[in-house]
Amino acid sequence: MEIVMAIVVGILFMTATYLMLSKSLLRIIVGTGLLSHGAHLLILTMGRLKRGSAPLLGEKGPYTDPLPQALILTAIVISFGVTAFFLVLAYRAYKELGTDNIEKMRGNRGNE
Amino acid sequence: MSLLHLAIIAPLLYAILVPLFYKSFRQIHTGWFVLPLPIILFAYFFSYISTTRHQAIVMETLNWIPSMGINFTAKVDGLGLLFALLITGIGSLVILYSIYYLSKTKEKLNTFYTYLLLFMGAMLGVVLSDNLIVMYAFWELTSFSSFLLIGYWYQREKSRYGAQKSMIITVFGGLAMLGGIILLHLMTGSFSITEIIAQAHDIVNHSLFIPALLCVLLGAFTKSAQFPFHIWLPDAMEAPTPVSAYLHSATMVKAGIYLVARLTPVFAVDGLWVWLVAGFGIVTLFWGSFSAVKQTDLKSILAFSTVSQLGLIMSLLGVGAAALHFPGVEDNLYIVATTAAVFHLINHATFKGSLFMVAGIVDHETGTRDIRKLGGLMHFMPITFTIAIIGTFSMAGLPPFNGFLSKEMFFTGMLHVLELDLFNFQSVAILFPIIAWIASVFTFIYSMMLVFKTFTGKHQPEKLDKKPHEAPIGMLISPTILASLVIIIFFFSNSLLSENIIEPALAAIFPGLLTEGTGFMVHIDIWHGFKPELFMTLGVIAFGILLYLTYPKWRKIYKLFPDKLALNRLYDGILERAQNGSNRLTNSYMTGSIRSYLVYIFTFFIIILATSLFVKNAFKLDTSKVSSIGIYELLLALFIVIGAISTVFAKTRLASILLLGAVGYMVSLFYVLFRAPDLALTQLVIETVSVALFLVCFYHLPKLRKEDSRVRFKLMNALISVGVGIMVTLIALSAHSNKFFQSISQYYIENTYTEAAGKNMVNVILVDFRGFDTLFEITVLAIASLGIYGMIRLRLTRGDEE
Amino acid sequence: MRSNNNIILETTIKVVLFIIVLFSVYIFFAGHYYPGGGFIGGLMTSGAIVLLLIAYDIKTVATILPVNYRTMTGIGLLFAIGTSAGSLLFNVPFLTHAFGHIEVPVLGEISLHTATLFDLGVYLVVVGVTMTIIQTIGEDE
Repeated sequence: MEIVMAIVVGILFMTATYLMLSKSLLRIIVGTGLLSHGAHLLILTMGRLKRGSAPLLGEKGPYTDPLPQALILTAIVISFGVTAFFLVLAYRAYKELGTDNIEKMRGNRGNE
Repeated sequence: MSLLHLAIIAPLLYAILVPLFYKSFRQIHTGWFVLPLPIILFAYFFSYISTTRHQAIVMETLNWIPSMGINFTAKVDGLGLLFALLITGIGSLVILYSIYYLSKTKEKLNTFYTYLLLFMGAMLGVVLSDNLIVMYAFWELTSFSSFLLIGYWYQREKSRYGAQKSMIITVFGGLAMLGGIILLHLMTGSFSITEIIAQAHDIVNHSLFIPALLCVLLGAFTKSAQFPFHIWLPDAMEAPTPVSAYLHSATMVKAGIYLVARLTPVFAVDGLWVWLVAGFGIVTLFWGSFSAVKQTDLKSILAFSTVSQLGLIMSLLGVGAAALHFPGVEDNLYIVATTAAVFHLINHATFKGSLFMVAGIVDHETGTRDIRKLGGLMHFMPITFTIAIIGTFSMAGLPPFNGFLSKEMFFTGMLHVLELDLFNFQSVAILFPIIAWIASVFTFIYSMMLVFKTFTGKHQPEKLDKKPHEAPIGMLISPTILASLVIIIFFFSNSLLSENIIEPALAAIFPGLLTEGTGFMVHIDIWHGFKPELFMTLGVIAFGILLYLTYPKWRKIYKLFPDKLALNRLYDGILERAQNGSNRLTNSYMTGSIRSYLVYIFTFFIIILATSLFVKNAFKLDTSKVSSIGIYELLLALFIVIGAISTVFAKTRLASILLLGAVGYMVSLFYVLFRAPDLALTQLVIETVSVALFLVCFYHLPKLRKEDSRVRFKLMNALISVGVGIMVTLIALSAHSNKFFQSISQYYIENTYTEAAGKNMVNVILVDFRGFDTLFEITVLAIASLGIYGMIRLRLTRGDEE
Repeated sequence: MRSNNNIILETTIKVVLFIIVLFSVYIFFAGHYYPGGGFIGGLMTSGAIVLLLIAYDIKTVATILPVNYRTMTGIGLLFAIGTSAGSLLFNVPFLTHAFGHIEVPVLGEISLHTATLFDLGVYLVVVGVTMTIIQTIGEDE
């Protein structure tokens, strides 16, 4: 399963990179979202998959690795905050500058 | 913290109070509040003479970073004490002088005295620290305070230029010195000068010895304005004259001398040290005195004269270092050179200090320092003239002034080079006394010019801004004291200095030469019979007078050096090219386009990871430890892949948002399958909120345009993204297959209940074991929300238009 | 936001809302022993409020829940920092938590944790942040 996951993570990173390299802000945001999904799954896979029950002491041991889960939990919430920030940034930039093309935005800045 | 430490940092602490004095007592010149401190410190350090004259050393340690061997160890020995007395003594006189020199209404006295005290503390730290790292820190602090003081009149462009130049050159040297210190540490394992000296003979054949030597010398030469690094000193003359008298003649520029003297026992074991120090010193001596003659500005003459005198002391130290290669002190020929260096150090501080103050007085009372405009001032300022005569005659090496004594000893030292049969010195030995003699002739000439062009000759009142008159009595006190010292030292050098100052200083420079019960016996003769030195001096006077009188005839010689500022041009050129070059370099890759930056990042990501995987032979695929593949998981993986790829081809914004949401939900299903209930819950809710958020923005979001359809553009993106994907997969596989150490998670699993009384390990890790992460995380969240709030609500620029 | 005429959604939400909020509070307190905690509880509460926003418009929600979410974020941070710094008073390192078991009539033995206070801070911050974001964007027309 780890090998399958490694490939899934690779594909997530690939599509994320492709989207982030495009010129449209919305695509870039979607790209960052995919990138964080990929990173979370990567961390989870590194902690070994399906090696026991959920990390709750009531369950029967052995347990899966709790540390990656704690890290991912933090990362999920942070990436939510960052995505939201980025989204609003894009939204404001679009309203102010009238474009979502990052190349055009640079050109417009000089005319203000 | 001992009293000694307190004395060193007292100026730094006192500097904090200076602005308060300035604000509270505007009617009284701030200098009066500052003056007591150096006087008290001078008295304090003076009391150490009784200790050091018996070759005793006082050491006090204050722990700073003991684990790295960096401690504030204050050490008072003969050499450090000599400098401490110079710093506080000249410091007192300079502050007294500055009270009359700087107007209390026009100048920002608070900053001036703050900087000056900063410098004083830093300089005391340099000469009294036994730990090289601490010394380095103080060393750079002197550079900074010098920068601030040169740029004190920052409205003037020349001040800023001079300040920057001195900063660049001395800090460059300082950094080189830091390199040398670290190399010394690598060889000896210590930062303590005392310990390094003790190991000197063990490290001489170490491969790092020569690099360390060169680095340290670079620091010393830049600080002490040795050729070719002397170019900053003339430009530093833009500083107020008290600063020039203090930093740029008496103390800071001698820090390099101090360093060379201090580290002589370490490095002089190698002949290269003797060669370099003596060689650079003698060249600087000549070039400085030669250049001084053609200057027309009083302070420029003094600046080049300082350069040349520093070279003189440096060359003496170099020759003196040869003494280490001969046993004993009784009939050691080269100790006289080091004695002369120490002696001249003191003499130079007295006569050059007084001359700078004279230059300041002339500038202050006439409004110019240009000797072409000055002349005949003798009648207007008789006292200043007397002081100037004493100072310049001492500088020229005439009796009955202290400069004569040290000049004679200098010649003795240089003549001894002829007998030096070490390090292949024989071939060029004859050059040393010859260059020394020629340089002395030039010294004589510019000394005469300095005094006679200013004070005698025709008075030219039409060229002066002010009507000249004698300076106020307060301004004359300091130079008078220094000038009296010039004469007193001549007559009483033995009783005053030999035993109290010079012998302990020599003992500090040559700790290895002394055996139990012996000591350096310094005896300075006023009259030592008809020896070669005396004839050399007579020759200097004869040729000097001749050349002084015929100067207009041979001044053309300076035209032979068409770009007289060649080194300055080089400096300016390098600086300009460095600026343009780095500007161009930065602009070439900092295009301002996010895309380019991402391309750099991803490309480097691929290259670095691929290289290290390849070089370290790290890629490994181990299928023995993989877990089984379930049908649900496989399906889920397939859906995620399909979802992710579809986002690339999504035509509308709604589609791409929903696809992103779908991928998110499937990831949360993965968390369920992989026994991570907390993650699954969180991901589900987050995904819901995110999609809601996207949809709230939905109407305002731009329509997805068709992407730029250039094939090359797309191809490059595709190439980079495929590379990233493959790299991540490879890394994931290798990381899975290589497990080098036990997971630290076992600790959490075992201690969750006993230490934190919780059963949900993930939650316990979050709020207890790794609470800091969570604390900062929610802080980041709060900042993000405030940022969003600010972006929407605060429209600082457009608000008015709408 | 837009006015709406979706009766079914409005009616359902009136019931579901309380269930979700109650559940989120439960999940928050359960966090130490079972899946849950400040993050999930907070997110779920904000999810409930978002649902309310979808059913009604933003002004109505603001009258029902007159909460300044930015203040809420601040209070949450204060809770988290205060709990962490509180340990300094007992001369133990920053962020050291304490716990104890107490007999309470009727409920029986329950355990008390300072970690829960910290988690409460997290809960408040998460609700505050999420709602600040959504509210500010929603109000911006």
